[in-house]
Amino acid sequence: MNASAPARQGTGARQRSVLPGFSLAMGITLGYVGLVVLLPLAALSWRAAGLGLDDFWRIVSGPRAVASYLLTLRAAFFATILTVLYGLLMAWVLVRYRFPGRRLVDAAMDLPFALPTAVAGIALTALYAKNGWLGQPLADLGISVAYTQVGVSIAMAFVSVPFVVRTVQPVLEDLDPEVEEAARSLGATDWQVFARVILPAITPALMAGGSLAFARCLGEFGGVIFIAGNLPFKTEITALLIFIRLEEYDYPAAAAIALVVLASALAMLLVINTLQGLNRRWAEPRS
Amino acid sequence: MTALYRPGRSESPLARRMLIGLALAMTALMIGLPVVIVFEQAFAKGVAVYAASLTNPDTLHAMILTLIVAAVAVPVNIAFGIAAAWTIAKFDFPLKRLLVSIIELPFSVSPIVAGVSYLMMYGGQSPIGAWLEAHGISLMFQPAGIVLVTIFVTSPFVARELLPLMEAQGREEEEAAAVLGARGLAILWRVTLPNVRWALLYGAVLCAARAIGEFGAVSVVSGNVRGETNTLPLHIEVLYHDYNVVGAFAAATVLTLFALVGLLAQTILAMRMEAREGRNPTGAH
Repeated sequence: MNASAPARQGTGARQRSVLPGFSLAMGITLGYVGLVVLLPLAALSWRAAGLGLDDFWRIVSGPRAVASYLLTLRAAFFATILTVLYGLLMAWVLVRYRFPGRRLVDAAMDLPFALPTAVAGIALTALYAKNGWLGQPLADLGISVAYTQVGVSIAMAFVSVPFVVRTVQPVLEDLDPEVEEAARSLGATDWQVFARVILPAITPALMAGGSLAFARCLGEFGGVIFIAGNLPFKTEITALLIFIRLEEYDYPAAAAIALVVLASALAMLLVINTLQGLNRRWAEPRS
Repeated sequence: MTALYRPGRSESPLARRMLIGLALAMTALMIGLPVVIVFEQAFAKGVAVYAASLTNPDTLHAMILTLIVAAVAVPVNIAFGIAAAWTIAKFDFPLKRLLVSIIELPFSVSPIVAGVSYLMMYGGQSPIGAWLEAHGISLMFQPAGIVLVTIFVTSPFVARELLPLMEAQGREEEEAAAVLGARGLAILWRVTLPNVRWALLYGAVLCAARAIGEFGAVSVVSGNVRGETNTLPLHIEVLYHDYNVVGAFAAATVLTLFALVGLLAQTILAMRMEAREGRNPTGAH
C-alpha cells in the first residue's frame, strides 16, 4: 500500500502541498469516520461498561454464552480448514492450468461474497436437509448436516471461500518458475517440488487468507442461522445469542456479548495485519 | 522442455487432469449447487406460483425498500470513498495508516455487532436516541435505521478500491494541473477521477451488492414489519419461517440474479482495470 514515493518532501520543514482541498477532504473523512464508524462502536462499549465489571463478567461468562463461543470457535476452525484446502486447490488450478471454462470458474470464486447471506443460508439448508440433493446421500452414510454443527461449519466455509483463493492466487502467479525448474532438474518429483519449493513460498499467503476466513466465520450470521437449527448449548452461535438477547429486550446483555465479539474481532485484525505484513515481505523482494 | 517451459506444464498430465477434475467437481458442489437449488425450489410448484409469489405486495414492497436503501447508501459511500482516498493518497499527514485501518474497520465488525452498536447509539434508551425521540424523530425500527446501518456496513468498499490505485498513481498529474491554475473540483473531475473510473465503478458494484444483500445488521435495527421495514433479505427469512418455501426462494431468485449481474460487472471491470491500470482489484474484502 505504501506505493507513494517515500520521503518526497522530507527535507527540513514540511512543504505545503500545491494541491487544494486538504482541509475539506480531511474534514469530511474524519467527520464521516467518527460519526459512522467510531461513535456507534463507542456507544456499544459505553453501554456494556455501564453494567459494571461484576455484571459484565456474569453475563459474558454464563454457561450459555460460553457454549456459544466454543461452538462458534470450533465450527469456524473446521470451516477454515475446509476453505483453506479448497482455496489452495482452486488457486493452484486457476493459476497454473488452462482449461475450458476457466474464466467462469474464476468469476465463480467471488460468488459467496456477491450472494446475499440469507440466500446462501436457505439454499444450503435446502441442499443439506435430510431429503436434499446432498443431505440425502450423506444421511444414507449416517452423516446429518442440516441442524447440526457440521452444517454450521459448511455454511461458514461457503461464505468465506473467496478469502483464501484471492490471497493465494497472486502469490502463486508471482512465483519464479526458475526455482521450480531448478528443483526439477535436480531430480525432484512433482510432490517434492510442491512440498519443498512451492508450499513454503505460499504458506504466509495461506495463513493470511485463512485468518481472514476465520475472522469472517466468527462473525457470520445470515449464512449460518438457517442451517444451524439454533439449539441453545448445541448449535447456537454467539451472533444468534446476541440477537436472542435483543428479542428479549435484554439490551445490556446483548451489548456485553457483542463487545466480546467486537474485541475478539479486533484481536483477529491484529493477527491478520501481522500475517499480511509477513506475506508482503515474503512476496515483494523478488520484484 | 527447456525452451517450451511454462509453469504448470511440468506436472504429469495425469496429475494435472485429476486436479482440474477435482477442482471443477468441488466447485460444482460447493458453489454451483446452491445457486441451482434456489431456482429449483422457486419453480417447484410451477411458474404460476412463482409469479404469484413475486408479485405479492409485501414482497414488492421489500424489493422497493431494498432498492431505496441501496440508492442512498451507495452514492453516500462513493462520495466518502473519493474524499477519503483524496485525503490519504494526495497529502502527507501523521497517523495515516491508523486512519486507513479505521476506514477498513467495518469489514472486521460482525454484522450483528454493527446492528447492536447502532441500536445502542440511536435506540430509545441512549441519550442521543432519547433526545431525538423528544424531538419526534425515531430512527430505530424504521427504514432510516436500515439506511444508517447499511451505510456503516458498506462504507469501506469504494475507499478500499480507490486508495491503493490513487497512491500508486502519485500526485504529478494533479500538481501539474494545479500549477496551471486548475481549481480543486476541476482537478478532481478532469484529472483524478478519469484515471480511477474503473476502480470507482468496481467499488460501487461491491458496495451495491452488499447494500442489497445485507442481512445481520439490518435485522437488528429493522422492526421486521411486513410491508414496512422489511428489506428483501429480511422478507426471505419471514417467508421461510412461515413455511412459505416457494415464496422465500422466489424472492431469493431476485437477489441471486442481482448477484450474478454484479459478478458479471465485476469480471468485465476487472478486465478493463487490468488492461488500463495494470492492476487487479483487491478481490478479498
